[in-house]
Amino acid sequence: MAESKKSKHDRIERLEKDVNQLEPLAGSDPGAKKEIRRIRREITELRREMLDGPTAWQRTLLARHPQRPYMLDYVRLLFEGFSEIHGDRSFGDDAAIVCGMARFRGRAVMVVGHQKGRDTRENLTRNWGMPKPEGYRKALRAMKLAAKFHRPVITFVDTMGAYPGIDAEERGQAEAIARNLREMARLPVPIIVNITGEGGSGGALAIAVGDRVHMLENSIYSVISPEGCASILWRDASQADRAAEAMKITAADLYELGVIDEIVPEPPGGAHENPEETARELGRVIEHGLDEVTKLKAEELVERRYQKFRRMGHFFAG
Amino acid sequence: MSTWFQRERKAIETPPEEERRVRTEGLWVKCDGCRATIWKKDLEQNNQVCPKCEHHFRLSAPKRLELLFDEGGWVEHDSELASSDPLGFVDTRPYTQRLRDAQEKLGMSDAILTVEGRLNGRSIVCCSMEFAFIGGSMGAVVGEKVTRAMELAAEKKIPLVIVSCSGGARMMEGVISLMQLAKVSAAAARLDECGVPFISVLTDPTTGGVTASYALLGDLNIAEPGALIGFAGPRVIEQTIRQKLPKGFQRAEFLIEHGFLDAIVHRRELKSYIANALDFFLS
Ligand SMILES: [Zn+2]
Repeated sequence: MAESKKSKHDRIERLEKDVNQLEPLAGSDPGAKKEIRRIRREITELRREMLDGPTAWQRTLLARHPQRPYMLDYVRLLFEGFSEIHGDRSFGDDAAIVCGMARFRGRAVMVVGHQKGRDTRENLTRNWGMPKPEGYRKALRAMKLAAKFHRPVITFVDTMGAYPGIDAEERGQAEAIARNLREMARLPVPIIVNITGEGGSGGALAIAVGDRVHMLENSIYSVISPEGCASILWRDASQADRAAEAMKITAADLYELGVIDEIVPEPPGGAHENPEETARELGRVIEHGLDEVTKLKAEELVERRYQKFRRMGHFFAG
Repeated sequence: MSTWFQRERKAIETPPEEERRVRTEGLWVKCDGCRATIWKKDLEQNNQVCPKCEHHFRLSAPKRLELLFDEGGWVEHDSELASSDPLGFVDTRPYTQRLRDAQEKLGMSDAILTVEGRLNGRSIVCCSMEFAFIGGSMGAVVGEKVTRAMELAAEKKIPLVIVSCSGGARMMEGVISLMQLAKVSAAAARLDECGVPFISVLTDPTTGGVTASYALLGDLNIAEPGALIGFAGPRVIEQTIRQKLPKGFQRAEFLIEHGFLDAIVHRRELKSYIANALDFFLS
């Protein structure tokens, strides 16, 4: 008899617990690392059986769905007393990234996220959620402010990528991203990252270095868009579905690769079918994540974060 | 006069890539800077800098080390690290085959060399990138080697010099290559905290994920003249904004004008520049 969904679900939970316990202890022990990879593969397999879901390309389209909940929707559904913080204190205020003070289930937290527009007019203001350097610098300013007053940071990631334009290059897009990566690595407060839509390359990562990285089931996270990859490697952008498959950009793939910590289930049909339910699920993992990492002392937290990213990479060591 | 000029212009149009490659395999090279035809030997003796217009041609990773290190050479680290093709990636060709071709052609396991040796008598750790190896792209091996180089410099308290030459992250390793940006930047944070100098040298081209991580995180970020440096590649920008890019856009001179480089240093001065900077930091 086939295993029930419930029992599969329970097995996944047990295995996830094992991984979470093993991972910080594994260090560079090859046996332990192998075991972790084996468990992750098993979890991914179980999930596949449970979901038997959309292809990578179909998920890409869901991640980009015009009705998909955006950062400010989650802010409305999950936080209280949100108060936006504007500007990078140096050039301007980039509306493609929103930062603000808020309360999450009683805790004072800093929220940082990409924000796409709902219509053309709003998208012109928000630049389709593609930040310029001042956006990343504003985000870093907000995160440092949080660190100064010992407040955790919660980020929402949803961007096609950092804006590729003349002005963005003139003002140091690469420098802004690099600086965020370096400073987030040593920020002495918890950082909880939630990839809710498109995790587009460096432009996403620049607010995605955290202690817990969660990913909505139909989100994607990749080094280049499927279209970009297809047009370079296949010399044909219409091969995007093949590129999406080959690059392993889905939440299940990333979990298996050890890049994310948890997959957040979406309602049938995708997050846009029921934003409230999606937010509830997301709220649950955010709270759980915060509970886990707020216990740690700042040095432990930063050391753990360092080791988390230090481990990323698969290669032959001779 | 004008017809002669036009004919001349036509005659010096850039040949297609294949033709150019054939030509450079001969004894003569055409300079991209001044269009002059240069005797290859002259170019080699001048460290791949055009003797007529000072255009900096690309330098291979080992040649770069020869330029920087004292007589007596260097010791290589982590040469055994090689890509495991973490995604099992296949596009029009399997990634493993692309890797094998590059390894055989260049005698390197991946797009970077990490070495330790002396520069004007001072011990340094140095990473030198090889553009001919899949566009100098950063996958897990490059990320790991740069991270280890940073950790080594921090542990031994000796300066780090990284010479970048890269198109960015390696697509065939997908999100694993993206994570290398976070990994190396975290290592850069630690190096920054232990008072060990890190000089980043950006050469033509340094774009994408390498620029958006370690290449712009040096205590000093310096570049060779004319080097293309940016986050997005010029073609992507042109497609996005549907405009021609201004002349000199994303070149080293453009970056210094906008405040993102400490200096532009001619290849002939590179070694002495680094030696002086390290003297300033450490003596
Ligand atoms: Zn010349």
